[in-house]
Amino acid sequence: MSSVNPSAYPETGENGPKRKAEWPLWEIFIRGQHGMSHRHVGSLHAPDAEMAIKNARDVYTRRNEGVSIWVVEARNITATSPSDKGPMFEPSATKVYRHPTFYDIPDEIGHM
Amino acid sequence: MGVSEKEALLEFLLRMGDNSLILGHRISEWCGHAPILEEDIALANTALDLIGQTQLWLGYAAEVQGEGKTADDLAFLRDAWDFRNVLLTELPNGDFGRTIMRKFFFDAFQTVLLGRLLKSTDTTVREIAEKASKEMAYHLERSADTVVGLGDGTDESHEKMQAALDRLYPYVGEMFESDAYDAVLAKAGIAPDPASLRGEFDALVTKVIARATLTLPEGDFAHSGGRTGRMHTEHLGHMLTQMQWLQRAYPGSKW
Repeated sequence: MSSVNPSAYPETGENGPKRKAEWPLWEIFIRGQHGMSHRHVGSLHAPDAEMAIKNARDVYTRRNEGVSIWVVEARNITATSPSDKGPMFEPSATKVYRHPTFYDIPDEIGHM
Repeated sequence: MGVSEKEALLEFLLRMGDNSLILGHRISEWCGHAPILEEDIALANTALDLIGQTQLWLGYAAEVQGEGKTADDLAFLRDAWDFRNVLLTELPNGDFGRTIMRKFFFDAFQTVLLGRLLKSTDTTVREIAEKASKEMAYHLERSADTVVGLGDGTDESHEKMQAALDRLYPYVGEMFESDAYDAVLAKAGIAPDPASLRGEFDALVTKVIARATLTLPEGDFAHSGGRTGRMHTEHLGHMLTQMQWLQRAYPGSKW
């Protein structure tokens, strides 16, 4: 069920061609000026977490986009695999009762 | 020679502005050429910060000069002998390691200096220092970390950083020279005597160089001639031909 981005594994893997010595890949999350949560904005390379934060500052917050930065080394992210898309996500498509759309909202509540 | 407070202030502003301008231009030469994309963007950012600070320093210099000139006039229409930047800033970039080592020396000096300028008796100097010191604190953090990372890195990176240190260290001393202008500035509380910044600078540099497992060269010989305009290196003129050619070829041309 999990797949990882192979490019997040520089110089690992005992079989296959030896990868070029590269800095690890980091996924960057930034919380905006009025944002409540950190959002994924992209990825970059850096030798360590501290430099990843600095690089993220220079690459992703030049135009005053953020007030907080998280960096996560990409290899530490466990992800769903595209080939599992069917069993993982399609079953929920037909279960309309999971959406709270069957309630009558009293007028005095107004717009929700 | 008696130096008036206005003359001293103008000289000080040119020195500040020219240091930022010349180093900013040098670093901008890396744009599109840095070893990796992230460093390229970061270097370009620092170059732009320095050019932004230049606009403030030279803008105020033009105002103090009172001849109706602008920051652009001062940047693009003076010749090499009019520039007041220290020699360290005009040296060619060399390799990436040397570029970062030079930046570290400048950042360390500038951060200490700007810290003192926050208490300047001149309101405009104080305001420029407030804005610039935030940018320079980040520059210093970044360049110091990179000096440590490369110095305490592979054999090759260590060797290159030690070579950069040996080559650039003789250009550090000029930043702490003082003359008749500095005496007037210090007396008026506008700017500190540069010599008084050396202790704080040395403490900072010694710490970072030790963490980088590098060795500070012995001896205190210092090249000089830039901040007084007495004698720049041959590199400045070459740089100006590139930096100024558009205004020289098409006088008054606007963006």
